[in-house]
Amino acid sequence: MDQQENHHVLSFTQLGVVLAILLVLTGITVGVSYIHLGFLNIPIALAIACTKVTFVLLFFMHLKYEGRIINISFISTVGVLFILIGLTFWDVAYRY
Amino acid sequence: MSSQIDRTGIKIGMWLFLYSEIILFGGLFVLYAAYLYRYPEFFAEGGKELNRVIGAINTIVLLISSFTVAASITAIQRNAKKQTIVFLVFSIFCGFVFLVNKYFEWGAKIHHDIYPNSETLVSGEPGVNIFFGLYYTITGLHGLHVIIGMILLSISLVLVIKGKVNSSQFSMLDNSGLYWHLVDLIWIFVFPLFYLVL
Repeated sequence: MDQQENHHVLSFTQLGVVLAILLVLTGITVGVSYIHLGFLNIPIALAIACTKVTFVLLFFMHLKYEGRIINISFISTVGVLFILIGLTFWDVAYRY
Repeated sequence: MSSQIDRTGIKIGMWLFLYSEIILFGGLFVLYAAYLYRYPEFFAEGGKELNRVIGAINTIVLLISSFTVAASITAIQRNAKKQTIVFLVFSIFCGFVFLVNKYFEWGAKIHHDIYPNSETLVSGEPGVNIFFGLYYTITGLHGLHVIIGMILLSISLVLVIKGKVNSSQFSMLDNSGLYWHLVDLIWIFVFPLFYLVL
C-alpha cells in the first residue's frame, strides 16, 4: 500500500503570496537600515531575517507539512545552534 | 519486482545533510558575532563600504529563484513538464545573475586593494581587517554553495527533460530544491549582517 500519497501540493498563488511577503519584509529591512536607531538596528534586522527564514522554511521548504521526525530534528538543530551561540556569548561577553 | 523507493527516508536523509550545513554556516556566524561584539564601530565602517543596493538586488534575485524552484515542484507534481522546465531554467538563470553580481562586487573591492592580506587591510584597523576577512570567507563559501546548487538544479533539469524525474518520482528535484532554499536562507542572514550593520 502506498502511504506516500500525502505530499501536499502548494498552489502557485500560495507560493506567490509567500514571495510577496518575503519581498515586503526585504523592503522593510532595507528601509529600516536607513533610520539610525543605534544598537537596535541589528536586533531589528535579525528579527526580520528570522521572520523571512521562517516563511522560506515553512512553505518553500515544506516544513509545515512534514512529519514528526523532520520537525523534531529540525527544532533540535536550531536548539544546538542556540546553545552554540549562547554558550559562546556567555564567554565572549565577559572578556572585553 | 522493483524495490520500493522510500521517499520519506530520502527526504529525511537530505534534511540531515542540511542540518550539517546549518551548523557549518552557524559556526561562521558565531565567529562574526563574537568579533562584531569586539569591534562594533569598525564593523560598521566596513559595512559602509558594501553596496546596499547590490546586496538588496541579490536578496531579491535569490528570493524569486526560491519561488520558482518551489513552483517547479508544484508543476512536476501536476505533471506539467514544460512548466517545470521553464521554472527550473529561470531558477538556474537567477543563480547565474547572483554570481555575476558577486563578481562585480568582489572585483570592485579587490580593485580598491580590499582583499585578504592586502596592504590596506593589513596596515589598517584590525576590526576592519577581520570584517572583510569574514566577508570574503562567508560570501565565498556561500557562492560555492550557489554553484553547487546550480549544478544540482541542472542535473534535475536534465532528468526532468528525460522523463526520469516525473510526477511519481521527483525526489531528486525535491532535494535539489531543498538545497537551493538553504542557499537562500543563508543569504537572508548574510545580507543584514554584512550590508545593513551600519
